[in-house]
Amino acid sequence: MRIVVAVKQIPDLVEELELTADGTDVDRELLKMVVNEFDDQALEEGLCLKEAGDAELVVVALDEPDVDQTLHAALAKGADAAIKLTGALTGWIDSHRRAALLASWLSGQSFDLVLTGVQAADDLDGQLPGLLGAQLEVPHISVAVRVEAEDGMAKVWQELAGGTVVVDEVRLPAVIGVQAARQAPRYVSISRIRQAQQSGGITEVEVQAAELGTEQFALRRLVAPEAAGHAEMLAGGAGEVADRIVELLRAKGLVRS
Amino acid sequence: MGNDVLVLAEHRNGRLSDVTFELVGKARELADRGGGRVLAVLLGETSLAHELGVADVVLCSEDPAVATYNAQAYERAMVHVVERQQPRLVLTSTTTVGMDVSTALSVHWPAPLASYVVDVRRDGEDLAVTCRAYGGKLLAEVALTGPRAICAVIAGCFPAADGRSEVAGRSEVAGQVELLDLEGVFDGLGVSVAQVVEPEKGDVDITAADLLVSVGRGIGSRENLEVVQELADALGAPLAASRPLIDQGWLPKARQVGKSGLTVRPKVYLALGISGAPEHLEGMQHAETVIACNTDPKAPIFDVATYGTTVDLFDLTDELVKRVQE
Ligand SMILES: Cc1cc2nc3c(=O)[nH]c(=O)nc-3n(C[C@H](O)[C@H](O)[C@H](O)COP(=O)(O)OP(=O)(O)OC[C@H]3O[C@@H](n4cnc5c(N)ncnc54)[C@H](O)[C@@H]3O)c2cc1C
Ligand SMILES: Nc1ncnc2c1ncn2[C@@H]1O[C@H](COP(=O)(O)O)[C@@H](O)[C@H]1O
Repeated sequence: MRIVVAVKQIPDLVEELELTADGTDVDRELLKMVVNEFDDQALEEGLCLKEAGDAELVVVALDEPDVDQTLHAALAKGADAAIKLTGALTGWIDSHRRAALLASWLSGQSFDLVLTGVQAADDLDGQLPGLLGAQLEVPHISVAVRVEAEDGMAKVWQELAGGTVVVDEVRLPAVIGVQAARQAPRYVSISRIRQAQQSGGITEVEVQAAELGTEQFALRRLVAPEAAGHAEMLAGGAGEVADRIVELLRAKGLVRS
Repeated sequence: MGNDVLVLAEHRNGRLSDVTFELVGKARELADRGGGRVLAVLLGETSLAHELGVADVVLCSEDPAVATYNAQAYERAMVHVVERQQPRLVLTSTTTVGMDVSTALSVHWPAPLASYVVDVRRDGEDLAVTCRAYGGKLLAEVALTGPRAICAVIAGCFPAADGRSEVAGRSEVAGQVELLDLEGVFDGLGVSVAQVVEPEKGDVDITAADLLVSVGRGIGSRENLEVVQELADALGAPLAASRPLIDQGWLPKARQVGKSGLTVRPKVYLALGISGAPEHLEGMQHAETVIACNTDPKAPIFDVATYGTTVDLFDLTDELVKRVQE
């Protein structure tokens, strides 16, 4: 079995996001990039599948800032190969185009399962698993919380609203958007990542940006949400803030005395 | 080009979800403005069609393939419908169902797709759409041009009342109910549903509490949960959490607030170390009062909170426990 895990870097959302002068993108020069947390989950589920059977695991990413470190970490965790897709890729790339770039590489590969993160919080998304599955004309299931596979079939636990889970039997190949792995993503030490780095290991493949006709989606600008709905910030240190909160709770009859 | 607006209805345990009414209400407004009809697609539970009277036509199927949610069967049914109806706009939610269907639709019935939509308006011939991006830290203003489009809309952004026939003053029979002919549409499906598992009922019901102490990833580690549990105990409030803590197995699923957890409306929701991602907000933004503690002054949780503080959650928790235990 051959498993492909697609991974992506996103800005660390705990940091300040500065916009470019024209307001259509975040200023990527200034950003601290981290791996999308759901891709870590997808990779973990892939590694669990690999360990449960006889599988080869390949990680793939589009060439975006700082992605090497994530690919090296994946190799250190147990991925068999890391592919970086290069080509005309700068700034913000819409999902249709990203899916097409991944699809153009995948269509020349043999694969049983493509695991992606359920979504990346940086854009307007959660789109890629469905777009990719549809473009490749294979089944796709998003919001998966467990995947098992054997003999050309996968069992996929898909979470619906409110926590209901449908267990699907899916004919492979298929694309699965992973929300959470069956266990917390494994940790890998910096020294192991360094080792992976030193032994090289990332294969670069140039891909062609396909003609897609997605001009009908135009991002006009990014704006900070209006401050109108902003919280009243409580002044002072922890003690004073605690006083205010207890007062508020008392006024609502939620604490005694 | 048509001016119809088509909505995919969602239902669970024999009830239409609130977001369905929210979408139908919005569809009504957009269709009325553009001189089109509202079409609703209802798969699996035809008996609920009468609740969709705000739509002009309800297109139904009770085919066994869509009796429970099957990603591929839903996708095929929707592609079949939109190819025949050629609506101006398709509205889904951003639930699992909406994510599966909207994306596949935008490839097979090629149309631009905006996800995480919080608002959609007509703008001349185009649609002007606002989406939440970067975990809710930014909004994206998007123009969808061309003759057709798809929007996946976040739950809770439009009033559900506008889509409920009894509230909107539409008679139940105003809508016309049509059975879809889906002969052959489900041939050779690669997905079948083996089982449906309902979530376990928890030891406590966080939806019933007047006061909730809710904790997020800011807590750092499992061991640290003790301090917030102590606060919750002192206040006599259940401890709830954001999704990452549940996924790590630190707390049971029945404590999860949000899109794929529970929706809560307590009198006071005390959010400690929660950033306020759109999926979390979906579950708690209608609490009467939200008090948020987050060291990041730009955290989106402060946009929905009534009161906020950027002090460290551990310091705050200590001080609160002291005062409440006094
Ligand atoms: C399909 C889908 C469904 C989802 N469903 C849900 C759901 O039902 N519920 C849900 O919650 N999420 C859900 N999510 C996940 C959601 O996208 C976010 O990842 C999640 O809500 C983030 O949780 P958090 O705010 O606890 O963590 P983070 O976003 O990591 O935020 C932690 C916050 O803690 C603050 N902090 C750190 N240290 C301190 C300190 N010492 N004191 C005070 N503050 C501190 C930080 O500034 C930060 O803002 C879903 C995602 C998807 C894709
Ligand atoms: N540039 C990319 N390179 C590799 N994988 C990607 C890329 N963009 C998106 N993905 C995958 O698709 C998932 C969903 O992304 P999105 O649709 O952008 O929310 C991510 O979690 C990744 O697994």
